[in-house]
Amino acid sequence: MQNVPADLKYASSHEWVRLEGAVATVGISDHAQHELTDIVFVELPTVGRKVAAGEACAVVESVKTASDIYSPIAGEVISVNETLVADPGLVNREPFDGGWFFKLRPSAEGGTGQLLDAAAYARQIGG
Amino acid sequence: MELKRTPLYDTHHRLGARLIDFGGWEMPVQYSGIVDEHLCVRKAAGVFDISHMGEVEVRGPAALAFLNQLLTNDAARLAVGEGQYTLMCRLDGGVIDDLYLYRLGAENYLLIINASRVTDDVTWIRSQHEALAKGGELSVTDRSNELAAIAVQGPRVVDFIGAVFPNASTGGIAGVPVAALKKNQIGRFGFGRGDVWVARTGYTGEDGFEVVCPATEIEAIWTQLFAVGRSGGLQPCGLGARDTLRTEMGYPLYGHELSESITPIEAGLAYFCALEKAAFNGRKTLVEQKANGPRRNAVAFTMTGKAAPPRAHYPICLPGESGAVIGEVTSGTQSPSLNCGVGLGLVTVGHAVIGSAIAIEIRGRRYPAALVKKPIYRKMTS
Repeated sequence: MQNVPADLKYASSHEWVRLEGAVATVGISDHAQHELTDIVFVELPTVGRKVAAGEACAVVESVKTASDIYSPIAGEVISVNETLVADPGLVNREPFDGGWFFKLRPSAEGGTGQLLDAAAYARQIGG
Repeated sequence: MELKRTPLYDTHHRLGARLIDFGGWEMPVQYSGIVDEHLCVRKAAGVFDISHMGEVEVRGPAALAFLNQLLTNDAARLAVGEGQYTLMCRLDGGVIDDLYLYRLGAENYLLIINASRVTDDVTWIRSQHEALAKGGELSVTDRSNELAAIAVQGPRVVDFIGAVFPNASTGGIAGVPVAALKKNQIGRFGFGRGDVWVARTGYTGEDGFEVVCPATEIEAIWTQLFAVGRSGGLQPCGLGARDTLRTEMGYPLYGHELSESITPIEAGLAYFCALEKAAFNGRKTLVEQKANGPRRNAVAFTMTGKAAPPRAHYPICLPGESGAVIGEVTSGTQSPSLNCGVGLGLVTVGHAVIGSAIAIEIRGRRYPAALVKKPIYRKMTS
């Protein structure tokens, strides 16, 4: 039973993106946080950084291992979730809400065509 | 290559374990989560499947002399029913494996060796047998496939393990209840149709026991442990927690703190090298390094500020933004007990000063850390 909110788009590398007007919010899925377990450190991109779709731009560390987070779409980082620096466990507790990583201003070509909808992502993770 | 499975594979699967490839074995890395399992062992009790580890039996009148040539510690110090941590070195002092040696009977010894090293160890032991035995009566038997093992660790274990093995021991340290075994003692206890060996030892820094038994008995022992231990907080624990627990204690893991290119002296394990023995494999190098000091020293450290967890192979540097690189992390993790990054490493001689400030380079950035005395985590005594 996987939690895959229907209003989000997903990358096959387990990030989600929420598009609201000119702002795209990015985080990692419930499935991803569950697989990582016990997140102890999050490294966020600097505000103003321009990222390409699929570019590694953040790092999430569990007790066991470090994993790259890839931007699902192209754009410019306009804010990051500083709360995660002090409380990385928020990613485990609220992956789709308080545990977001960064917000982007999508670039003109930063479409979501390559991304999965909730049903397709749920199929990918076998949910 | 197909991964090997222990006799407890189905049990792990049923318990929802996450399984990984560990040295060619499909082993549980975690069940409920590494932090939860780690803290459970520190506070209550946890059981680990360690059936992937190897067992080699060395028997015969020449066993003691052979083992004292093969291994660094002094096997002559072992009375029947006692065990010791020891190292097996190449002739040049590089470590082939670190292991536990138990004296089960007058001329009967059991070596518990690392899973990833079984083939290399057995090949080496047999080659040394041919080179050294000189007609002395000795048999070397690899029993890794027929034996299974679990480690039951934590402060509550002593309260319930006696219910699994209710009768007094019949071999090794004979005639005592299992809970009366002292540290590093081993006894033979009846269970089911056969005998099992129980030693008071572990790899977590907590009180605990390791059980070595025929592969056919291990599932029944596991089940019985949970029948009597669940109320004591017993949980199944994976290799993830085993690694964080041993790292907090500063215990070496072969392939990280030890290898064929690291000597026991460099690794800080001189205590387990009986240099006064007349001859043993690697002695010349070890004596020389002990006298003149090795080129590298093993260290332990904790991160002193907010930082990503240290990991193996990250550079260890002098403090500041541009301090020189003085070594490398060999193991690192986020300590569940201390809630900060901790690690072990090797640094160039002259830098292993407890209390001194260092920096760990993580993805191109330097984070402050400090060298500390082992164990990194010390249990509060109440």
